[in-house]
Amino acid sequence: MSDYPGRLGEAIETLSFAADPADRADLLLSFANRFREVPPEVARRPFPEIHRVPACESEAFAWGVLQDDGTLALHFAVENPSGVSAKALAVILDRGLSGLPPSEIATVSPDIVYDIFRRDISMGKGMGLMSMVRAVQTIARQAAEAEADGSQGARIFPRPPERPGR
Amino acid sequence: MEAVLKEIDVRGYAHPEALVTTEWVHQNLNNTAIRLIESNEDTLLYASGHLPGAVHVDWTADLNDPIRRDYIGPEAFSALMDRLGVTPETTVVFYGDRNNWWACYAMWVFELFGHTRARIMDGGRLKWQKEGRPLTREVPRFTASGYNAPGRDDHTNRAFRDEVLAFASAHGQLVDVRSPEEYSDQRLHMADYPNEGALRGGHIPGAKSVPWGRAVNPEDGSFKSGPELRRIYVEEQGLLPNREVIAYCRIGERSAHTWFVLKYLLGFDRVRNYDGSWTEWGNSVGLPIEKGQ
Repeated sequence: MSDYPGRLGEAIETLSFAADPADRADLLLSFANRFREVPPEVARRPFPEIHRVPACESEAFAWGVLQDDGTLALHFAVENPSGVSAKALAVILDRGLSGLPPSEIATVSPDIVYDIFRRDISMGKGMGLMSMVRAVQTIARQAAEAEADGSQGARIFPRPPERPGR
Repeated sequence: MEAVLKEIDVRGYAHPEALVTTEWVHQNLNNTAIRLIESNEDTLLYASGHLPGAVHVDWTADLNDPIRRDYIGPEAFSALMDRLGVTPETTVVFYGDRNNWWACYAMWVFELFGHTRARIMDGGRLKWQKEGRPLTREVPRFTASGYNAPGRDDHTNRAFRDEVLAFASAHGQLVDVRSPEEYSDQRLHMADYPNEGALRGGHIPGAKSVPWGRAVNPEDGSFKSGPELRRIYVEEQGLLPNREVIAYCRIGERSAHTWFVLKYLLGFDRVRNYDGSWTEWGNSVGLPIEKGQ
């Protein structure tokens, strides 16, 4: 399980012990039940579109907040009440990756979706969940670049694109 | 009970018996002649809580052949029915997420095996939950029913590529139930969904564009009334109920929802679902394609 950054491997190892699909579903639900939405000090509704996860029918949003110690804290919102799998993934990503330097978080592969949910999901669902992981990658890369540049300003990622001419 | 049944009867459907209300289901939770079947896009939803006594059908794992692109055969269908405790006499009531999209798809597959004692619970999970009705995480177990499925009927409700090509060439009635953007080639997949690998965009020549979601009331996922549906499909699109119609989408699941609407709610004489749909048509060499609105 060393291929996964941070504590992500622990969650995936735990899931790997659940051979029975029903046990696996219970485990994933236990993750989903621990979902806590992005705190109001980071974002309030209506959430800015820049944080929307593309191609995710669960209407997920993602944020990364760069901490003073140079680590990243991940936050999510899932607007579709039926988005149970998206909530489970959000909790796994948050618990597994928050508190790591952004450069380390950026190494997470979207393929972890299949390690977590196996092949039991539709292609559409799988791609939507992989898009959540890609959103985290984007957030982490932007935060890593901001750290490397020593740039000041907002510490919340992804950042809106800069206006032309600025 | 009579009032509950009338609620569907007064909506002007051709076959009101194909639809049941959430209240009717609530009153029949302990009816052993009925099996509730939940089918969702998010396969974790059933485990998170379902109607008391309901069983789960996973549209990918339970209904599709694990190797080739096709549905399960009669042996696997019999085994599935055994697991669900369904006999040929059992009335199955499907419901699920996303306005019963997957519930209609499961019902369509059941009909391929001749299990026509089937209903849809109007509004699905959304309406049931909005009404504050009970959910449970208890998974019921049933003894094997000894179901012996007949061979799959791929003729009555299903259409294949070459049949669709001949049908389109003869100016048969086709309904494209994807989004207008997919229909017109502005995009290769529905909004918020990834592309499932179509090389070409557009639609089958002559197809009418009627996105599947137009058939439902978005606030509670229930079906629109018969007159409202007739206004959309018959008056606005000019589809003739006494002529055959073929519906398609991307992989045949959204179009199963429209198949249910046209066949049972509007009573079209013959409705088939082209499950190869755009992922087959848009990737096939040499097939005709139309673009634009």
